Amino acid sequence: MSKLMLVLTLASVSVLFVIGIGLYYHSIPILHKLSLSDLLTTSVWKPLKGLFGFYPFIMGTLWVTAISIIIALPLCLLTALYINEYAPARIRKILTPFVNLLSGIPPVIFGVWGVLFIIPLIQDHIAPHFVAFSTGYSVLAGGIVLAVMIFPLIVSIITEVLRTIPQDLRDASLSLGATKWETTRKVILRKALPGIIAALVLAISRSFGETIAVLMVCGNNAAVPHSVFDPGYPLPALIANNYGEMLSIPMYDSVLMFAALLLFIIILLFNLISRVILARLERKLAT
Amino acid sequence: MKRRKFEELFFRVLMVLATIFVAGSFFLIVGTIFYKGAPYMNLDMITKTPGGGFYIGKEGGILNAIIGSMYIAGGATVLGLLISIPVAIYINMYMDGKTFLKNTLRMAFDVLFGIPSIVYGAFGFLIMVYFGLRASLLGGIIAVTLLVIPILVRTLDEVIRTVPLELRDAALSLGSTRWEMAKVVLRQIRPGIFTAILLSFGRAIGDVASVLFTAGFSDNIPTSLHEPAATLPLAIFFQLSSPVEEVQGRGYASALVLTIVVLIITVLSEALIKNFFKHKI
Repeated sequence: MSKLMLVLTLASVSVLFVIGIGLYYHSIPILHKLSLSDLLTTSVWKPLKGLFGFYPFIMGTLWVTAISIIIALPLCLLTALYINEYAPARIRKILTPFVNLLSGIPPVIFGVWGVLFIIPLIQDHIAPHFVAFSTGYSVLAGGIVLAVMIFPLIVSIITEVLRTIPQDLRDASLSLGATKWETTRKVILRKALPGIIAALVLAISRSFGETIAVLMVCGNNAAVPHSVFDPGYPLPALIANNYGEMLSIPMYDSVLMFAALLLFIIILLFNLISRVILARLERKLAT
Repeated sequence: MKRRKFEELFFRVLMVLATIFVAGSFFLIVGTIFYKGAPYMNLDMITKTPGGGFYIGKEGGILNAIIGSMYIAGGATVLGLLISIPVAIYINMYMDGKTFLKNTLRMAFDVLFGIPSIVYGAFGFLIMVYFGLRASLLGGIIAVTLLVIPILVRTLDEVIRTVPLELRDAALSLGSTRWEMAKVVLRQIRPGIFTAILLSFGRAIGDVASVLFTAGFSDNIPTSLHEPAATLPLAIFFQLSSPVEEVQGRGYASALVLTIVVLIITVLSEALIKNFFKHKI
């Protein structure tokens, strides 16, 4: 029995390596044909002519990710601080379930909401103040939808981290005459900084890989966006949109698998970094 | 002094506003889906498969997608459990003393949990190509199983860790084998297992990117593992991309169906978790 369990454990962990190896193996043909720097830095995307420049897609991914983090991080930090440091126990009990409920909503529903609510909002109320014309389908829309999607993740991690800070520190600061906010800013935030960074890195990697919700609101135009109202075309959307033609255009399957490999490696690294930080925090607490 | 008081007040207001915004976004989303979806909701939607001309606004429903999603989410959860329960037991009860190895394994599952579903979808597609499978119910179940294993393992692991060590020691000291001890622990964590099932099912039923390449789409309810299967999120996505208003509306109604299913699952699992920890010493 224990042998079988060991095998299952090793097999399910090795999925991590098998995914990497499998995706790499299928990316070899395109890596032989074009150099890595060509793939990553050129902008021409003409699959039928064998030209595959990933630059617009990488920029699309970076734009939506950056926008989502800029919106979500301050809001979530304030929310986590409120829930953990300020709110009375009664309100905390009411608030926490909503964060969990939000995390249960599937990506496609966020996408539908984006189409129904965010797109018209941008098209009719936000964009007209800044640009002459926008359909609403833009990196801004993608960023907003993503921001709401990563709310629960960031709030729950920061809340966990805040909970590990000993009450003594707060008491000491308050008894020296610091106000509650001064304590929060100078003691709590400083103590929680590694955890906040870990939450940030994890949120970035989540934004990077989100597919369907972004695809539905982002406009999917293979050009480098120059403003938040321009459409963008993130990497996951590229993979999802083109799987149909994957086997009919030469090299296309290899190219899309390379895109998946790129996502996999970046997200793997980001996840490792944040998990190591969080594990260190946990260990510090244990001793 | 005045400045400090003002600062205190300013940030307190800012925090309350941020919290209202974050918690309120849940109501905004669910409210929008209800408002747009409810007018198109009817019994046909959830009891009929798409009829001829469904995609130009004629009659039918999305029963094919509802059943397809149930099959895939159910199949993946069952398969995932068969793998995850032994894994969680092994990590917690057969690796005493190997703390570093245990923590490394836990971290690996955390990282797997962070891998996006589109990567699982692409990888699932590679597996299918390798074995010569077509887009089918089976393909979808394989990809989604990979997706839910980390969720199941990490949830079960957390739950098993709440079982007092004394209980295990007592079982061992009475002469039971490790496997018998594991059975005692499994009985203890039964509500936790249900929570894990619900979490996994909820994630599996809502995910698109993993089934996009692997499960295909079909207007019929699949009758074997080798037939393609429709899924609810994909049905929503397809209907929304239609130019016909009636079909779009049905997309909103389908989104409403999925939202309700997922909300029920989340509320149930929340209640279970609360209950589980209430009876803990």
